Amino acid sequence: MNRPVPENWSTRIGVILAVTGSAVGLGNFLRFPGLAAKYDGGAFMIPYFVALLLLGLPLAWAEWSMGRYGGTRGHHSSPGIFRLIWKNKAAPYLGVLGLIVPVVIYMYYVFIESWCLGYAWHYLTGAMDLGRDPEAYTKFFAGYTGLEADASIFAGFLGTPLIFLLICIALNFILINRGLTRGIELFCLWAMPALAVCAVLVLIRVLTLGTPDPSKPELNVLAGLGQMWNLDADGKSIWEQLANGKMWMEAAGQIFFSLSVGFGVIITYASYMRRDDDIALSSTTAVAGNEFFEVSLGGMITIPAAFVFLGAAGAVGGTFALGFNTLPLVFEYMPLGRWVGFLWFFLLFLAAITSSLSMLQPAIAFLQEGLGLTRTRAVALLCGVGTAGTLLVVWFSKNLTAMDTLDFWVGTFCIYLLACVQTFLFGWVFGPRRGLEELDRGADLRVPRLFTFVIKYISPVYLLVVFVAWAWQDMGDRVKAFAEDPAVRWSMLFLAAVFALFLWWIRLAVKRWQMEEQAS
Amino acid sequence: MTTSGWIIMLLSVGGTTGFFVWCIRRVLGPPDKTAKMRGVLDTELEIEEEERRRRREERGC
Repeated sequence: MNRPVPENWSTRIGVILAVTGSAVGLGNFLRFPGLAAKYDGGAFMIPYFVALLLLGLPLAWAEWSMGRYGGTRGHHSSPGIFRLIWKNKAAPYLGVLGLIVPVVIYMYYVFIESWCLGYAWHYLTGAMDLGRDPEAYTKFFAGYTGLEADASIFAGFLGTPLIFLLICIALNFILINRGLTRGIELFCLWAMPALAVCAVLVLIRVLTLGTPDPSKPELNVLAGLGQMWNLDADGKSIWEQLANGKMWMEAAGQIFFSLSVGFGVIITYASYMRRDDDIALSSTTAVAGNEFFEVSLGGMITIPAAFVFLGAAGAVGGTFALGFNTLPLVFEYMPLGRWVGFLWFFLLFLAAITSSLSMLQPAIAFLQEGLGLTRTRAVALLCGVGTAGTLLVVWFSKNLTAMDTLDFWVGTFCIYLLACVQTFLFGWVFGPRRGLEELDRGADLRVPRLFTFVIKYISPVYLLVVFVAWAWQDMGDRVKAFAEDPAVRWSMLFLAAVFALFLWWIRLAVKRWQMEEQAS
Repeated sequence: MTTSGWIIMLLSVGGTTGFFVWCIRRVLGPPDKTAKMRGVLDTELEIEEEERRRRREERGC
Protein backbone atom coordinates (compact mmCIF):
# COMPACT_ATOMS: atom_id res chain seq x y z
CA MET A 1 0.00 0.00 0.00
CA ASN A 2 1.06 3.60 -0.60
CA ARG A 3 2.57 4.86 2.68
CA PRO A 4 3.79 8.46 3.00
CA VAL A 5 7.54 8.96 3.24
CA PRO A 6 8.40 9.34 6.96
CA GLU A 7 9.15 12.97 7.82
CA ASN A 8 10.94 14.47 10.83
CA TRP A 9 11.80 17.97 11.96
CA SER A 10 15.33 18.81 10.86
CA THR A 11 16.28 21.00 13.84
CA ARG A 12 15.18 21.24 17.44
CA ILE A 13 14.82 25.02 17.31
CA GLY A 14 12.72 24.55 14.15
CA VAL A 15 10.06 22.48 15.91
CA ILE A 16 10.05 24.84 18.92
CA LEU A 17 9.53 27.86 16.66
CA ALA A 18 6.86 26.01 14.64
CA VAL A 19 4.89 25.13 17.78
CA THR A 20 5.38 28.63 19.22
CA GLY A 21 4.32 30.11 15.87
CA SER A 22 1.23 27.96 15.93
CA ALA A 23 0.33 29.27 19.40
CA VAL A 24 1.22 32.95 18.90
CA GLY A 25 -1.59 34.72 17.11
CA LEU A 26 -3.85 37.76 17.32
CA GLY A 27 -4.98 36.61 20.77
CA ASN A 28 -1.51 37.30 22.22
CA PHE A 29 -1.42 40.92 21.08
CA LEU A 30 -5.10 41.85 21.21
CA ARG A 31 -7.31 39.46 23.22
CA PHE A 32 -4.96 39.08 26.21
CA PRO A 33 -4.39 42.84 26.80
CA GLY A 34 -8.11 43.50 26.23
CA LEU A 35 -9.06 40.93 28.88
CA ALA A 36 -6.42 42.12 31.36
CA ALA A 37 -7.64 45.71 31.04
CA LYS A 38 -11.27 44.58 31.34
CA TYR A 39 -10.53 42.84 34.65
CA ASP A 40 -8.71 45.74 36.31
CA GLY A 41 -5.28 44.91 35.04
CA GLY A 42 -2.97 43.16 37.43
CA ALA A 43 -5.56 41.09 39.31
CA PHE A 44 -6.21 39.15 36.11
CA MET A 45 -2.65 37.81 36.18
CA ILE A 46 -3.27 35.68 39.29
CA PRO A 47 -5.96 33.39 37.76
CA TYR A 48 -4.02 33.58 34.49
CA PHE A 49 -0.83 32.05 35.96
CA VAL A 50 -2.81 29.54 38.04
CA ALA A 51 -4.48 28.34 34.80
CA LEU A 52 -1.08 28.20 33.08
CA LEU A 53 0.29 25.86 35.77
CA LEU A 54 -2.78 23.66 36.24
CA LEU A 55 -4.18 23.54 32.71
CA GLY A 56 -1.84 24.93 30.06
CA LEU A 57 1.46 23.25 30.83
CA PRO A 58 0.02 19.82 31.80
CA LEU A 59 -2.14 19.67 28.66
CA ALA A 60 0.79 20.72 26.48
CA TRP A 61 3.00 17.99 27.98
CA ALA A 62 0.21 15.44 27.50
CA GLU A 63 -0.25 16.37 23.83
CA TRP A 64 3.48 16.29 23.10
CA SER A 65 3.96 12.87 24.68
CA MET A 66 0.91 11.32 22.98
CA GLY A 67 2.02 12.86 19.69
CA ARG A 68 5.54 11.44 19.78
CA TYR A 69 4.24 8.08 20.99
CA GLY A 70 1.97 7.91 17.92
CA GLY A 71 4.59 9.28 15.54
CA THR A 72 7.20 6.69 16.43
CA ARG A 73 4.56 4.03 15.63
CA GLY A 74 3.76 5.50 12.23
CA HIS A 75 0.77 7.76 12.93
CA HIS A 76 0.69 11.55 12.67
CA SER A 77 -3.02 12.34 12.90
CA SER A 78 -5.44 12.33 15.85
CA PRO A 79 -7.60 9.43 14.49
CA GLY A 80 -4.53 7.22 14.04
CA ILE A 81 -2.94 8.19 17.37
CA PHE A 82 -6.18 7.86 19.37
CA ARG A 83 -6.75 4.40 17.82
CA LEU A 84 -3.23 3.41 18.82
CA ILE A 85 -3.69 4.58 22.41
CA TRP A 86 -7.24 3.34 23.00
CA LYS A 87 -8.18 -0.06 21.55
CA ASN A 88 -11.78 0.93 21.15
CA LYS A 89 -13.81 1.19 17.94
CA ALA A 90 -14.89 4.74 18.84
CA ALA A 91 -11.33 6.01 19.34
CA PRO A 92 -10.46 6.98 15.73
CA TYR A 93 -13.86 8.65 15.33
CA LEU A 94 -13.18 10.81 18.39
CA GLY A 95 -10.09 11.91 16.48
CA VAL A 96 -12.35 13.70 14.00
CA LEU A 97 -12.18 16.65 16.41
CA GLY A 98 -8.42 16.83 15.93
CA LEU A 99 -8.99 17.32 12.19
CA ILE A 100 -12.16 19.44 12.16
CA VAL A 101 -10.99 21.97 14.75
CA PRO A 102 -7.86 23.18 12.92
CA VAL A 103 -9.38 22.94 9.41
CA VAL A 104 -12.54 24.91 10.26
CA ILE A 105 -10.62 27.51 12.26
CA TYR A 106 -8.32 27.90 9.25
CA MET A 107 -11.40 28.70 7.11
CA TYR A 108 -12.08 31.98 8.95
CA TYR A 109 -8.62 32.64 10.33
CA VAL A 110 -7.18 33.06 6.83
CA PHE A 111 -9.77 35.83 6.24
CA ILE A 112 -8.57 37.68 9.38
CA GLU A 113 -4.98 37.07 8.26
CA SER A 114 -5.80 38.80 4.96
CA TRP A 115 -7.08 41.87 6.86
CA CYS A 116 -3.71 42.12 8.66
CA LEU A 117 -1.80 41.84 5.38
CA GLY A 118 -4.17 44.35 3.73
CA TYR A 119 -3.81 46.88 6.57
CA ALA A 120 0.00 46.44 6.53
CA TRP A 121 0.01 47.16 2.79
CA HIS A 122 -2.22 50.20 3.26
CA TYR A 123 0.17 51.59 5.89
CA LEU A 124 3.19 50.90 3.71
CA THR A 125 1.64 52.76 0.76
CA GLY A 126 0.27 55.59 2.93
CA ALA A 127 -3.36 54.75 2.12
CA MET A 128 -4.40 54.47 5.79
CA ASP A 129 -4.29 58.21 6.47
CA LEU A 130 -7.95 58.56 7.50
CA GLY A 131 -7.59 61.55 9.87
CA ARG A 132 -8.48 61.71 13.56
CA ASP A 133 -12.17 60.87 13.43
CA PRO A 134 -12.73 57.50 15.16
CA GLU A 135 -15.80 56.90 12.98
CA ALA A 136 -13.62 56.90 9.85
CA TYR A 137 -11.71 53.85 11.11
CA THR A 138 -14.84 51.99 12.18
CA LYS A 139 -16.40 52.67 8.78
CA PHE A 140 -13.26 51.64 6.91
CA PHE A 141 -13.09 48.36 8.84
CA ALA A 142 -16.80 47.67 8.22
CA GLY A 143 -16.38 48.27 4.48
CA TYR A 144 -13.14 46.31 4.28
CA THR A 145 -14.51 43.21 5.99
CA GLY A 146 -18.04 43.31 4.59
CA LEU A 147 -19.64 43.92 8.00
CA GLU A 148 -22.40 46.07 6.52
CA ALA A 149 -24.04 43.54 4.20
CA ASP A 150 -23.63 39.92 3.17
CA ALA A 151 -21.27 39.38 0.22
CA SER A 152 -20.58 43.13 0.04
CA ILE A 153 -16.85 42.66 -0.53
CA PHE A 154 -17.65 40.83 -3.77
CA ALA A 155 -19.23 44.05 -5.11
CA GLY A 156 -15.96 45.33 -6.55
CA PHE A 157 -14.67 41.93 -7.63
CA LEU A 158 -10.92 41.75 -7.29
CA GLY A 159 -11.08 44.75 -4.99
CA THR A 160 -8.24 44.83 -2.47
CA PRO A 161 -9.77 42.68 0.32
CA LEU A 162 -10.26 39.78 -2.08
CA ILE A 163 -6.79 40.14 -3.57
CA PHE A 164 -5.20 39.93 -0.11
CA LEU A 165 -7.40 36.95 0.73
CA LEU A 166 -6.28 35.15 -2.44
CA ILE A 167 -2.63 35.96 -1.65
CA CYS A 168 -2.99 34.52 1.85
CA ILE A 169 -4.73 31.33 0.65
CA ALA A 170 -2.08 30.80 -2.04
CA LEU A 171 0.77 31.47 0.38
CA ASN A 172 -0.59 28.98 2.93
CA PHE A 173 -1.03 26.17 0.42
CA ILE A 174 2.27 26.80 -1.40
CA LEU A 175 4.17 26.69 1.89
CA ILE A 176 2.33 23.64 3.21
CA ASN A 177 2.87 21.82 -0.10
CA ARG A 178 6.63 22.24 0.33
CA GLY A 179 6.44 19.85 3.26
CA LEU A 180 7.24 19.84 6.94
CA THR A 181 10.88 20.91 6.87
CA ARG A 182 11.08 22.89 3.60
CA GLY A 183 7.70 24.57 4.19
CA ILE A 184 6.57 24.97 7.80
CA GLU A 185 9.94 24.71 9.55
CA LEU A 186 11.89 26.91 7.15
CA PHE A 187 9.16 29.57 7.16
CA CYS A 188 8.91 29.62 10.96
CA LEU A 189 12.70 29.79 11.29
CA TRP A 190 12.70 33.28 9.77
CA ALA A 191 9.12 34.41 10.46
CA MET A 192 9.26 34.02 14.25
CA PRO A 193 12.47 36.05 14.74
CA ALA A 194 11.03 38.66 12.32
CA LEU A 195 7.84 38.73 14.38
CA ALA A 196 9.87 39.25 17.57
CA VAL A 197 11.91 42.07 15.96
CA CYS A 198 8.72 43.86 14.75
CA ALA A 199 7.16 43.51 18.22
CA VAL A 200 10.29 44.84 19.99
CA LEU A 201 10.46 47.84 17.61
CA VAL A 202 6.79 48.67 18.26
CA LEU A 203 7.38 48.19 22.01
CA ILE A 204 10.33 50.62 21.98
CA ARG A 205 8.20 53.18 20.15
CA VAL A 206 5.36 52.84 22.69
CA LEU A 207 7.61 52.98 25.76
CA THR A 208 9.35 56.13 24.49
CA LEU A 209 6.12 58.06 23.88
CA GLY A 210 6.39 59.95 27.20
CA THR A 211 3.54 62.47 27.44
CA PRO A 212 2.57 63.06 23.81
CA ASP A 213 0.04 65.83 24.56
CA PRO A 214 1.45 68.30 27.16
CA SER A 215 -2.06 69.74 27.69
CA LYS A 216 -3.10 66.30 29.06
CA PRO A 217 -0.24 65.36 31.42
CA GLU A 218 -2.28 62.54 32.96
CA LEU A 219 -2.12 60.66 29.64
CA ASN A 220 1.44 59.37 29.79
CA VAL A 221 3.19 56.03 29.30
CA LEU A 222 3.49 55.27 33.01
CA ALA A 223 -0.22 55.82 33.51
CA GLY A 224 -0.83 53.60 30.45
CA LEU A 225 1.23 50.84 32.01
CA GLY A 226 -0.74 51.38 35.22
CA GLN A 227 -3.98 50.90 33.27
CA MET A 228 -2.67 47.48 32.26
CA TRP A 229 -0.93 46.33 35.45
CA ASN A 230 -2.30 48.16 38.51
CA LEU A 231 -3.75 45.75 41.07
CA ASP A 232 -6.15 48.08 42.79
CA ALA A 233 -7.91 49.74 39.87
CA ASP A 234 -11.38 51.19 40.60
CA GLY A 235 -10.61 51.16 44.33
CA LYS A 236 -11.54 47.48 44.71
CA SER A 237 -9.42 45.31 46.98
CA ILE A 238 -7.54 42.40 45.47
CA TRP A 239 -9.82 39.95 47.32
CA GLU A 240 -12.95 41.55 45.88
CA GLN A 241 -11.47 41.22 42.40
CA LEU A 242 -10.39 37.62 42.91
CA ALA A 243 -13.94 36.72 44.02
CA ASN A 244 -15.07 37.35 40.42
CA GLY A 245 -15.68 33.84 39.03
CA LYS A 246 -16.02 35.09 35.47
CA MET A 247 -12.47 36.44 35.59
CA TRP A 248 -11.16 32.95 36.52
CA MET A 249 -13.15 31.43 33.67
CA GLU A 250 -11.90 33.94 31.11
CA ALA A 251 -8.30 33.63 32.33
CA ALA A 252 -8.46 29.84 31.92
CA GLY A 253 -10.01 30.29 28.45
CA GLN A 254 -7.24 32.70 27.44
CA ILE A 255 -4.46 30.31 28.53
CA PHE A 256 -6.20 27.44 26.86
CA PHE A 257 -6.74 29.12 23.48
CA SER A 258 -3.46 30.99 23.52
CA LEU A 259 -1.34 27.87 23.97
CA SER A 260 -3.29 26.03 21.22
CA VAL A 261 -3.86 23.07 23.53
CA GLY A 262 -6.84 20.92 22.56
CA PHE A 263 -6.39 22.18 19.01
CA GLY A 264 -5.17 19.03 17.29
CA VAL A 265 -1.99 20.75 16.10
CA ILE A 266 0.56 19.99 18.84
CA ILE A 267 -0.20 16.26 18.75
CA THR A 268 0.55 16.23 14.99
CA TYR A 269 3.64 18.43 15.24
CA ALA A 270 5.04 16.31 18.11
CA SER A 271 4.48 13.14 16.08
CA TYR A 272 7.34 14.20 13.78
CA MET A 273 9.86 14.03 16.64
CA ARG A 274 12.30 11.12 16.67
CA ARG A 275 12.03 8.42 19.33
CA ASP A 276 14.86 9.74 21.53
CA ASP A 277 14.44 13.47 20.86
CA ASP A 278 13.80 15.67 23.85
CA ILE A 279 10.17 16.70 24.17
CA ALA A 280 10.08 17.86 27.80
CA LEU A 281 12.30 20.94 27.32
CA SER A 282 11.02 21.60 23.77
CA SER A 283 7.36 21.67 24.89
CA THR A 284 8.20 23.85 27.91
CA THR A 285 10.17 26.25 25.67
CA ALA A 286 7.24 26.52 23.24
CA VAL A 287 4.92 27.39 26.15
CA ALA A 288 7.47 29.88 27.51
CA GLY A 289 7.81 31.45 24.03
CA ASN A 290 4.07 31.93 23.77
CA GLU A 291 3.96 33.52 27.23
CA PHE A 292 6.84 35.85 26.32
CA PHE A 293 4.97 37.11 23.24
CA GLU A 294 1.72 37.41 25.16
CA VAL A 295 2.71 38.91 28.53
CA SER A 296 6.06 40.60 27.88
CA LEU A 297 5.24 42.03 24.43
CA GLY A 298 1.44 42.05 24.00
CA GLY A 299 0.93 43.17 27.60
CA MET A 300 3.31 46.10 27.24
CA ILE A 301 2.17 47.44 23.86
CA THR A 302 -1.56 47.50 23.17
CA ILE A 303 -3.17 49.03 26.27
CA PRO A 304 -0.44 51.62 27.08
CA ALA A 305 -0.46 52.77 23.41
CA ALA A 306 -4.25 53.15 23.37
CA PHE A 307 -4.28 54.86 26.80
CA VAL A 308 -1.72 57.60 26.12
CA PHE A 309 -3.70 58.93 23.15
CA LEU A 310 -7.31 57.98 23.90
CA GLY A 311 -7.47 57.69 27.71
CA ALA A 312 -9.05 54.89 29.76
CA ALA A 313 -12.15 54.74 27.57
CA GLY A 314 -10.06 54.00 24.47
CA ALA A 315 -8.10 51.24 26.15
CA VAL A 316 -10.94 48.73 26.35
CA GLY A 317 -12.52 46.60 23.67
CA GLY A 318 -12.64 43.21 22.03
CA THR A 319 -10.00 41.77 19.71
CA PHE A 320 -11.23 43.37 16.47
CA ALA A 321 -12.24 46.70 18.04
CA LEU A 322 -8.83 47.16 19.67
CA GLY A 323 -6.83 45.90 16.73
CA PHE A 324 -8.60 47.37 13.73
CA ASN A 325 -10.43 50.44 15.08
CA THR A 326 -8.58 51.75 18.14
CA LEU A 327 -4.93 51.13 17.22
CA PRO A 328 -5.11 52.63 13.68
CA LEU A 329 -6.49 55.78 15.33
CA VAL A 330 -3.61 55.67 17.84
CA PHE A 331 -1.07 55.38 14.99
CA GLU A 332 -2.60 58.52 13.47
CA TYR A 333 -1.65 60.49 16.60
CA MET A 334 1.73 58.79 17.07
CA PRO A 335 4.96 60.26 15.65
CA LEU A 336 6.19 57.84 12.91
CA GLY A 337 2.71 56.30 13.20
CA ARG A 338 2.58 55.18 9.56
CA TRP A 339 5.68 53.01 9.96
CA VAL A 340 4.69 51.74 13.38
CA GLY A 341 1.28 50.89 11.90
CA PHE A 342 2.95 48.93 9.11
CA LEU A 343 5.18 47.05 11.58
CA TRP A 344 2.19 46.33 13.83
CA PHE A 345 -0.03 44.85 11.13
CA PHE A 346 2.88 43.02 9.52
CA LEU A 347 3.66 41.38 12.87
CA LEU A 348 -0.02 40.45 13.24
CA PHE A 349 0.13 38.96 9.73
CA LEU A 350 3.23 36.91 10.62
CA ALA A 351 1.59 35.76 13.86
CA ALA A 352 -1.51 34.76 11.89
CA ILE A 353 0.21 32.91 9.04
CA THR A 354 2.43 30.83 11.33
CA SER A 355 -0.80 29.78 13.07
CA SER A 356 -2.86 29.14 9.92
CA LEU A 357 -0.07 27.01 8.40
CA SER A 358 -0.14 24.76 11.46
CA MET A 359 -3.90 24.33 11.11
CA LEU A 360 -3.51 22.60 7.74
CA GLN A 361 -0.90 19.99 8.71
CA PRO A 362 -3.11 17.66 10.84
CA ALA A 363 -5.60 17.08 8.00
CA ILE A 364 -2.84 16.68 5.41
CA ALA A 365 -1.09 14.11 7.61
CA PHE A 366 -4.40 12.25 7.94
CA LEU A 367 -5.18 12.29 4.21
CA GLN A 368 -1.71 10.93 3.52
CA GLU A 369 -1.62 8.17 6.12
CA GLY A 370 -5.34 7.36 6.14
CA LEU A 371 -6.30 7.55 2.46
CA GLY A 372 -2.85 6.99 0.97
CA LEU A 373 -2.82 10.27 -0.97
CA THR A 374 0.41 11.93 -2.05
CA ARG A 375 1.16 15.23 -0.29
CA THR A 376 0.27 17.28 -3.38
CA ARG A 377 -3.11 15.53 -3.76
CA ALA A 378 -3.84 15.89 -0.04
CA VAL A 379 -2.98 19.61 -0.24
CA ALA A 380 -5.21 20.06 -3.32
CA LEU A 381 -8.14 18.29 -1.65
CA LEU A 382 -7.77 20.31 1.54
CA CYS A 383 -7.41 23.51 -0.49
CA GLY A 384 -10.83 22.77 -2.03
CA VAL A 385 -12.54 22.08 1.30
CA GLY A 386 -10.82 24.97 3.07
CA THR A 387 -11.55 27.51 0.35
CA ALA A 388 -15.22 26.46 0.26
CA GLY A 389 -15.43 27.25 3.98
CA THR A 390 -13.60 30.55 3.55
CA LEU A 391 -16.04 31.56 0.80
CA LEU A 392 -18.95 30.80 3.14
CA VAL A 393 -17.38 33.07 5.78
CA VAL A 394 -16.76 35.84 3.24
CA TRP A 395 -20.27 35.51 1.76
CA PHE A 396 -22.14 35.69 5.11
CA SER A 397 -20.04 38.65 6.20
CA LYS A 398 -22.81 40.82 7.67
CA ASN A 399 -21.89 41.26 11.35
CA LEU A 400 -19.38 38.46 10.65
CA THR A 401 -22.19 35.96 11.33
CA ALA A 402 -20.65 32.89 9.69
CA MET A 403 -17.24 33.57 11.26
CA ASP A 404 -18.82 34.04 14.67
CA THR A 405 -20.88 30.83 14.33
CA LEU A 406 -17.90 28.71 13.28
CA ASP A 407 -15.75 30.31 15.98
CA PHE A 408 -18.31 29.49 18.67
CA TRP A 409 -19.09 25.89 17.72
CA VAL A 410 -15.64 24.83 16.51
CA GLY A 411 -13.21 27.48 17.76
CA THR A 412 -14.54 27.21 21.31
CA PHE A 413 -17.01 24.34 21.86
CA CYS A 414 -15.11 21.65 19.92
CA ILE A 415 -11.76 22.79 21.35
CA TYR A 416 -13.09 22.22 24.88
CA LEU A 417 -14.44 18.83 23.77
CA LEU A 418 -11.14 17.81 22.19
CA ALA A 419 -9.20 18.91 25.27
CA CYS A 420 -11.56 16.82 27.44
CA VAL A 421 -11.03 13.79 25.14
CA GLN A 422 -7.23 14.26 25.20
CA THR A 423 -7.15 14.66 28.99
CA PHE A 424 -9.27 11.51 29.39
CA LEU A 425 -7.10 9.53 26.97
CA PHE A 426 -3.86 10.67 28.56
CA GLY A 427 -4.91 10.53 32.21
CA TRP A 428 -7.09 7.43 32.19
CA VAL A 429 -6.24 5.30 29.11
CA PHE A 430 -2.64 5.99 28.13
CA GLY A 431 -1.84 6.44 31.81
CA PRO A 432 0.25 9.20 33.40
CA ARG A 433 3.05 6.70 34.20
CA ARG A 434 3.43 5.73 30.54
CA GLY A 435 3.06 9.41 29.64
CA LEU A 436 5.82 10.39 32.02
CA GLU A 437 7.98 7.63 30.59
CA GLU A 438 7.43 9.10 27.12
CA LEU A 439 8.24 12.61 28.37
CA ASP A 440 11.36 11.38 30.16
CA ARG A 441 12.86 9.58 27.17
CA GLY A 442 15.68 11.77 25.84
CA ALA A 443 14.55 14.61 28.12
CA ASP A 444 16.79 17.57 28.87
CA LEU A 445 14.39 18.68 31.58
CA ARG A 446 12.84 16.75 34.43
CA VAL A 447 9.08 17.29 34.39
CA PRO A 448 7.78 17.59 37.99
CA ARG A 449 6.39 14.22 39.19
CA LEU A 450 3.33 16.07 40.50
CA PHE A 451 2.32 16.37 36.84
CA THR A 452 0.80 12.85 36.87
CA PHE A 453 -1.58 13.81 39.68
CA VAL A 454 -2.45 17.18 38.13
CA ILE A 455 -3.23 15.74 34.67
CA LYS A 456 -5.28 12.87 36.08
CA TYR A 457 -7.40 14.73 38.62
CA ILE A 458 -6.98 18.51 38.65
CA SER A 459 -6.83 19.41 34.94
CA PRO A 460 -10.01 17.45 33.99
CA VAL A 461 -12.00 19.01 36.85
CA TYR A 462 -10.67 22.50 36.05
CA LEU A 463 -11.49 21.96 32.38
CA LEU A 464 -14.98 20.66 33.05
CA VAL A 465 -15.85 23.52 35.41
CA VAL A 466 -14.72 26.12 32.85
CA PHE A 467 -16.51 24.27 30.04
CA VAL A 468 -19.83 23.95 31.89
CA ALA A 469 -19.72 27.56 33.13
CA TRP A 470 -18.99 28.79 29.62
CA ALA A 471 -21.73 26.65 28.05
CA TRP A 472 -24.22 27.75 30.72
CA GLN A 473 -23.46 31.38 29.96
CA ASP A 474 -23.40 31.36 26.15
CA MET A 475 -25.37 28.38 24.84
CA GLY A 476 -28.87 29.90 25.16
CA ASP A 477 -28.13 32.81 22.82
CA ARG A 478 -26.64 30.45 20.24
CA VAL A 479 -29.70 28.21 20.12
CA LYS A 480 -31.83 31.33 19.71
CA ALA A 481 -29.60 32.60 16.88
CA PHE A 482 -29.95 29.25 15.10
CA ALA A 483 -33.72 29.58 15.13
CA GLU A 484 -33.76 33.20 13.95
CA ASP A 485 -30.87 33.77 11.53
CA PRO A 486 -30.63 31.94 8.15
CA ALA A 487 -26.87 32.72 7.92
CA VAL A 488 -26.36 30.81 11.18
CA ARG A 489 -28.35 27.86 9.81
CA TRP A 490 -26.32 27.80 6.57
CA SER A 491 -23.11 27.89 8.58
CA MET A 492 -24.28 25.01 10.79
CA LEU A 493 -25.36 23.02 7.75
CA PHE A 494 -21.93 23.49 6.21
CA LEU A 495 -20.32 22.43 9.47
CA ALA A 496 -22.45 19.27 9.57
CA ALA A 497 -21.39 18.46 5.98
CA VAL A 498 -17.69 18.90 6.83
CA PHE A 499 -18.13 16.68 9.90
CA ALA A 500 -19.83 13.98 7.80
CA LEU A 501 -17.09 14.15 5.14
CA PHE A 502 -14.29 13.74 7.66
CA LEU A 503 -16.12 10.91 9.49
CA TRP A 504 -16.49 9.09 6.16
CA TRP A 505 -12.77 9.56 5.44
CA ILE A 506 -11.94 8.20 8.92
CA ARG A 507 -14.10 5.12 8.17
CA LEU A 508 -12.11 4.51 4.97
CA ALA A 509 -8.85 5.06 6.85
CA VAL A 510 -9.78 2.58 9.60
CA LYS A 511 -10.56 -0.09 6.96
CA ARG A 512 -7.24 0.63 5.30
CA TRP A 513 -5.31 0.40 8.58
CA GLN A 514 -7.09 -2.88 9.47
CA MET A 515 -6.12 -4.36 6.09
CA GLU A 516 -2.51 -3.26 6.59
CA GLU A 517 -2.45 -4.85 10.05
CA GLN A 518 -3.89 -8.12 8.73
CA ALA A 519 -1.40 -8.16 5.87
CA SER A 520 1.52 -7.70 8.22
CA MET B 1 1.27 53.64 38.30
CA THR B 2 0.95 52.26 41.80
CA THR B 3 3.55 50.25 43.72
CA SER B 4 1.41 47.11 43.41
CA GLY B 5 1.19 47.75 39.66
CA TRP B 6 4.99 47.92 39.42
CA ILE B 7 5.32 44.71 41.41
CA ILE B 8 2.79 42.76 39.33
CA MET B 9 4.29 44.09 36.06
CA LEU B 10 7.86 43.24 37.03
CA LEU B 11 6.86 39.81 38.29
CA SER B 12 4.77 38.99 35.22
CA VAL B 13 7.00 40.45 32.51
CA GLY B 14 10.24 39.55 34.28
CA GLY B 15 8.98 36.07 35.10
CA THR B 16 7.83 35.17 31.59
CA THR B 17 10.90 36.76 29.95
CA GLY B 18 13.25 35.06 32.40
CA PHE B 19 11.50 31.72 31.93
CA PHE B 20 11.74 32.03 28.13
CA VAL B 21 15.41 33.09 28.18
CA TRP B 22 16.25 30.21 30.58
CA CYS B 23 14.52 27.70 28.26
CA ILE B 24 16.16 29.10 25.10
CA ARG B 25 19.61 29.06 26.76
CA ARG B 26 19.13 25.41 27.65
CA VAL B 27 17.94 24.58 24.12
CA LEU B 28 20.70 26.49 22.31
CA GLY B 29 23.45 25.95 24.86
CA PRO B 30 26.11 23.24 24.64
CA PRO B 31 24.83 19.73 25.37
CA ASP B 32 24.74 18.74 29.01
CA LYS B 33 27.78 16.80 30.14
CA THR B 34 25.55 14.37 32.00
CA ALA B 35 23.75 11.72 29.99
CA LYS B 36 20.22 12.38 28.75
CA MET B 37 17.52 11.50 31.22
CA ARG B 38 16.16 8.03 30.86
CA GLY B 39 12.63 6.94 31.45
CA VAL B 40 11.43 4.96 34.46
CA LEU B 41 10.62 2.02 32.23
CA ASP B 42 14.08 2.04 30.65
CA THR B 43 15.58 1.45 34.09
CA GLU B 44 12.93 -1.12 35.01
CA LEU B 45 13.50 -3.04 31.79
CA GLU B 46 17.21 -3.15 32.49
CA ILE B 47 16.60 -4.50 36.01
CA GLU B 48 14.23 -7.16 34.62
CA GLU B 49 16.77 -8.12 31.96
CA GLU B 50 19.47 -8.38 34.61
CA GLU B 51 17.24 -10.65 36.73
CA ARG B 52 16.44 -12.90 33.75
CA ARG B 53 20.15 -13.17 32.95
CA ARG B 54 20.93 -14.06 36.57
CA ARG B 55 18.20 -16.76 36.63
CA ARG B 56 19.49 -18.23 33.36
CA GLU B 57 22.98 -18.38 34.81
CA GLU B 58 21.68 -20.04 38.00
CA ARG B 59 19.76 -22.65 35.94
CA GLY B 60 22.88 -23.22 33.85
CA CYS B 61 24.83 -24.01 36.99
